[in-house]
Amino acid sequence: MQIIKREGTSTKQIIMIRLIAIIAAIIVSGIFIVFLGYNPVKVYVNMISGALGSKIRFRATLLEMVPLVITSLGILVAFKMKFWNIGGEGQILMGAFGATYIALFVDWIPKPLVIPVMFIVGFLAGGIWGIIPAFFKANFGANETIMTLMLNYIATQWITYLQYGPWRDPDLKGFAKIANFPDHALLPKVFGIHIGLIISLVLVIIISWFLRRTKRGFEISVVGESVSTARYAGMDISRIIITTMLLSGGLCGITGVIQAAGVNKTLTMNVSSGYGFTAVITTYLSGLRAQRVLIVSFLFAILLQGGSYIQSALQIPQAAADVLQGMILFCALGSEFFVNYKVRFRKNSISSEVK
Amino acid sequence: MIPFLKNAVISGTPLTFAILGAMYNEKAGNLNLGIEGMMLLGAVAGFQVAILTENPILALLAAMIFGALGALIYAFLTVTLRTNQSVTGLALTIFGTGLSRFWGKRLMGTVLPESFSRNFRPVSLPFLSKIPVLGPVFSVFLEQDLFVYLSYLIVILSGIYLYYTRFGLNLRAVGENTAAADASGINVTLYKYVHILIGGALCGLGGAYLSLVYVPSWQDNITSGRGWIAIALVIFTSWSPYRAFWGAFLFGGLDIVGFRIQTLNLPISLNQHFLRMLPYIATILVIIVGAIRKSTSHMPPGNLGNPYFREER
Amino acid sequence: MNKTYVEMKNICKTFGVIRANRNVNFSVYEGEIHGLLGENGAGKSTLVNMLSGIYTPDSGSIFIHGEQVNIHSPKHAIELGIGMIHQHFKLIDVLTAAENVLLGHSQSVFISNKSRIKSIQNVMEKYGMEIDLNKRIMDMSVSEKQTVEILKVLYRGSKILILDEPTAVLTPQEIDKLFTVLKNLAETGCAIIIITHKLNEIMSVTDRVTVLRQGETVSTLETRKTNIRELTELMVGKPVNLSIERIHSRKGDLLLSVKGLTALGEHNVPVLDNVTFDLYEGEILGVAGVAGSGQKELCEAIAGLYPVEKGDIYFKGENIVGFSPREIIKRGVSMSFIPEDRLGMGLVPSMNMIDNMLLKDYVNQPGITVNRKPAKEKAERVSKRLEIQAPSIYTAIRKLSGGNIQKVLLGREIDANPHLLITAYPVRGLDIGASYNIYDLLKEQKQKGVGILYIGEDLDVLIELCDRIMVLCDGKVTGITGSESITKEGLGLMMAGETLSSIKKGDVVCKS
Repeated sequence: MQIIKREGTSTKQIIMIRLIAIIAAIIVSGIFIVFLGYNPVKVYVNMISGALGSKIRFRATLLEMVPLVITSLGILVAFKMKFWNIGGEGQILMGAFGATYIALFVDWIPKPLVIPVMFIVGFLAGGIWGIIPAFFKANFGANETIMTLMLNYIATQWITYLQYGPWRDPDLKGFAKIANFPDHALLPKVFGIHIGLIISLVLVIIISWFLRRTKRGFEISVVGESVSTARYAGMDISRIIITTMLLSGGLCGITGVIQAAGVNKTLTMNVSSGYGFTAVITTYLSGLRAQRVLIVSFLFAILLQGGSYIQSALQIPQAAADVLQGMILFCALGSEFFVNYKVRFRKNSISSEVK
Repeated sequence: MIPFLKNAVISGTPLTFAILGAMYNEKAGNLNLGIEGMMLLGAVAGFQVAILTENPILALLAAMIFGALGALIYAFLTVTLRTNQSVTGLALTIFGTGLSRFWGKRLMGTVLPESFSRNFRPVSLPFLSKIPVLGPVFSVFLEQDLFVYLSYLIVILSGIYLYYTRFGLNLRAVGENTAAADASGINVTLYKYVHILIGGALCGLGGAYLSLVYVPSWQDNITSGRGWIAIALVIFTSWSPYRAFWGAFLFGGLDIVGFRIQTLNLPISLNQHFLRMLPYIATILVIIVGAIRKSTSHMPPGNLGNPYFREER
Repeated sequence: MNKTYVEMKNICKTFGVIRANRNVNFSVYEGEIHGLLGENGAGKSTLVNMLSGIYTPDSGSIFIHGEQVNIHSPKHAIELGIGMIHQHFKLIDVLTAAENVLLGHSQSVFISNKSRIKSIQNVMEKYGMEIDLNKRIMDMSVSEKQTVEILKVLYRGSKILILDEPTAVLTPQEIDKLFTVLKNLAETGCAIIIITHKLNEIMSVTDRVTVLRQGETVSTLETRKTNIRELTELMVGKPVNLSIERIHSRKGDLLLSVKGLTALGEHNVPVLDNVTFDLYEGEILGVAGVAGSGQKELCEAIAGLYPVEKGDIYFKGENIVGFSPREIIKRGVSMSFIPEDRLGMGLVPSMNMIDNMLLKDYVNQPGITVNRKPAKEKAERVSKRLEIQAPSIYTAIRKLSGGNIQKVLLGREIDANPHLLITAYPVRGLDIGASYNIYDLLKEQKQKGVGILYIGEDLDVLIELCDRIMVLCDGKVTGITGSESITKEGLGLMMAGETLSSIKKGDVVCKS
């Protein structure tokens, strides 16, 4: 058996390979579902109908998509620079924290300006959470993967501290919760969906333009490909790393603002609920292209929404959806190989091509 | 102080296993971010088998097998299919977390039978603790349960394996310079698979220590980030099994110091949430200090994180 | 006639669209040193890598000691007695020489050092080699590393030795030593395959030579019945003129003046030690030295990329130490360093030619966006001027051949009309025709009055191309001499640390 690198795999082939991967994932997951004692066809049908079956469900799926899209864009700019930011969770929480501070504890801002200020402060708060590892990476070469990850846990403890401590709503006795946002701090709705959806679509366009057409976007690509070449061309690498992580963390922070002000109506741990990690996967599967982030995020939103639907419809624990998600990921990752390589079986110099 | 140090050893034991597990992965050149996932798989499988069979050996075996199964998925994807190691590891953690939560749903609230737990009561080695002055020091390490002793054994065996056997030498070569190892006639794929699987099995044991001895019952996310701390501690302890033990001991202490301080009634009120941040902040500091120091003798394996394809050109 | 050790018949191998080997036939006898000659890209390395188990042929058959084999891995090749000494050494830096020799070979579970080291020493004695077995590879010189590679192969009892470009990184004296060892080995019955593109080496060491061109075998000849001219023509496919015509241009004003330049490397060891020299407009100053003698650091220090510990660099009278790389680029200093992997510095492999042309220019464009139009014109211009062969200017340059990649880099630097052109290894891995094109480009720049700092490997070329030559050894200047008053041997001694004045006394190695 021989493995050969492919050159210039055609789009058609790539689509075929991806399709096969998805089918493989469906089959493997199906076996798992049978093992649980359920009918896989029924589960899948329920998942699809749970995600797309009615207007309300479709809206819920779109709402699920919004945080994934924006977080993925944040992760995308970092990954483009080969900065492995897996601290989306923490950056989302800090973004939400910043917005909450404005919504609940600053009263001198004119009401119509509250939401814009929340976005700015949320962006900065998430951005600072991104700058911390960027600073140490840029100056000392410290491993950013672990640092961003640890910052997730620190952010989690910080929010828990606020929830049980200084920000606890005194009106709710015996129940530790931060107060709900006032109405003027809640995101307005368009066609029954908060404006986060529109923001996410606009951001896809902006980030796509930013990476392809701007100087900073060009610099990010160069630094990502070869730090020594970037240095050679006179680029200020540490400034590029730090400002890019401000953007990366800031975008994740915006997710936090939207989830707090559009979905949860307050600051809770649910604001992030795994988007930071899922976005790493969606970003990778999108091949670091902003437009594809949208498609991949939509598919993942179906998976997440469908997963929570089968819990209520079929009493399958929601964790089962995580397992499915894991299996689909494995298949999608594995399919990457067949995009880049082809396998040839060889016997006595007579070679036959297999996919 | 002595009871505290004793508890630090206990609290550090799951970390010892996990650090060694991550270390074997990295010595083979693979940065595996799925440590947390494999620990959780081991934790839930070990717990399930303990309930079913009440047999400690079988429970540990199950933990090792499930940890290794997670590792097998990872190895197949990264070694054979050459996928991105970070993303694959992350997917393994998502998968392991999901599966353990799903599986653990039925185990919630179940108590381990007494006939099982009996096996993990502290066993002190006779005479040692009676030696003057040194006795208390010995008792910190040598009045522990059998599972802890198992971790000592694995630390020592790992040291011998890595530095005194040809397999260890070959393994280090694979991680340092995969192409050179390949050209020297080492079966790179086999070495990677075997050691990623060994690493997975060790992570499984680390998880099982939590669910079987430390907690001991099932709760979601029972590892609470220890897998990630282990990945950082591999760097901190610079890929040495002996230092891995001391690193685990240190962070084990850091993990329980929060509870300790509260019982001490200190004049300043230290909030428990801030104390819980300590291990994570310490980990970040460790990484930064390590990066600034940049000593050449404590460098990661040269080919860590790079996929290897012989015919790449 | 001796026994045939290796026979390769009708070997074909393709990489993607590149056909690296087409119906190659090749055989090696017992006790012979067989040269494998060909330009870069002729398929020499691909061919021997199929013997060493790194690649597997698409079709064709291989016979070792008369038996047909299918070599599927390096391990298998080693078992067949084939030992490969790679161009880029396959050694583990952090391990000792002894550990590297034992790697993948030792039979017992535990590494018991004493008896092993004894047996390695026996091999060393047998072939007259010397090396400190307890030294770590990272602390070794290039020639020591090569010795370890050869030792490793011999320790495994290999009877077929393959050396891929073994002389590229050695001084003339070290090359002589290596060839003595190789001749000893051949006398004991080994079959040796040596890959090189240096014709004089083929003539001095081999018994037979096989010439490859564009992946095909052109001919196999007995070395003593052929000559350099014939081999060149076979290799290139057409007659070529091998001498570089020296052009004498009027020496211009002082352009670059480096005074007492000192820079530190790892462990604060000086990598540049009190380097002092001048460079004038319209002059090519050559820099010779064994790889890693400070050439890279010198280039980078002038370009503002390497921290200067002590000393001054005056460019047109202005001290540029401490300036940012961008400020230095703006003043008209242009640096093109071709590293061993060709892609390390100066180019972004995954980007196309247009974006690579943009690398230094984008910053001068107005606004926050990049305009790719001027870069596109530049790419087309450079592409035409240097005859770059690429599917299009939109192809990622990683997919181009090594020679074309170098042309992209050098073309971009020349197109910027620099005052000072620093160029390191610009012909590294290029075929003869392409190399001469590059020399012509450099001469053209010289005539325009550009000052050129040329860091080279081939001493013959340095002597013919440059006006003066500076020799570096361990970061120190061992001498600066007019290129017409020095011989290759003289340069070799200076590269090994002798000073110009001390070799002048000997007077054998200097032309008067």
